[in-house]
Amino acid sequence: MTEIGLGHYLTLGAVIFSIGVIGIFLNRKNIIVILMSIELILLAVNINLVSFSIYLDDLTGQVFTLFILTVAAAEAAIGLAIIVVYYRNAGTIRVEEIDKLKG
Amino acid sequence: MAAHAIFFYFFSIVAVISAIMVTVSKNTVHSVFFLILDFISISCLFIMIGAEFLGMIMLIVYVGAVAVLFLFVVMMLNVAQQQNQWFNSKENSGHIPIGLIISTIIFFELIIVVGGWKYKPELSKQNNTQLSNEISNTHSLGQVLYTDYIHVFQISGMILLVAMIGAIVLTFRQRAGVKTQSYINQISRERSEGIEVLEVPSNIGVKIDD
Repeated sequence: MTEIGLGHYLTLGAVIFSIGVIGIFLNRKNIIVILMSIELILLAVNINLVSFSIYLDDLTGQVFTLFILTVAAAEAAIGLAIIVVYYRNAGTIRVEEIDKLKG
Repeated sequence: MAAHAIFFYFFSIVAVISAIMVTVSKNTVHSVFFLILDFISISCLFIMIGAEFLGMIMLIVYVGAVAVLFLFVVMMLNVAQQQNQWFNSKENSGHIPIGLIISTIIFFELIIVVGGWKYKPELSKQNNTQLSNEISNTHSLGQVLYTDYIHVFQISGMILLVAMIGAIVLTFRQRAGVKTQSYINQISRERSEGIEVLEVPSNIGVKIDD
């Protein structure tokens, strides 16, 4: 119990990943919370990569965590820009009212 | 080792609780605050297990830039009164059992992967870039980032550039009725458009601008 190994960090990553997936599926209100859930999922991936990198003595995981960080920042910027444009055109970002594609 | 365990459990419990609060919070602004708390506790975990550079970068990038960007958009779009109500909404609740089932399946798959990792210890023998204890984490990252991974580094810079251009193009709006300076019109103006030579009869004069 007091010996923290790789499994603890991977379990933490799995828990946060699942919470992010739950947030995407169950959110019924606005899209910004869905974007935040995507950020949580990327954070869980980063936890996995960093803990593997530390416990396997291999620096590659940390380098790729850096690139995932870059991609996550770009994705957040583009997603928020799309939300701003959609709000300007449609006047709402509620999930139920965004049904132009009849999905 | 006990201190390590205590700090791990403290930070991970804070991280999990704030991740839950991000998804269930009724107010979007509160969701952003819990997202910030989540990132801070995870970066504390990173610093604790020896990835100091990534922990600091997480603080700077996420808490300093991404979370502020989220707050800014929440403030601009006036969604604070649109409550997040998936707990108490009567209609449209068919997604909730499906989402719960799928995320439980994902969770148990990940746990199975963690369990399977314990029985494949020979996978951990493939080292190519060793961590060393003599130089710091930032130093060793810098040694490989600009040499072995220079192409990936440049591509990530291109991704950021494309994202910046995309965000500007998406949100750029040209308003009608705003006077702007047009350099090409100013430069390409010719003498014949600007002045006109008139014969002025004496005692009569000319009318201009009619």
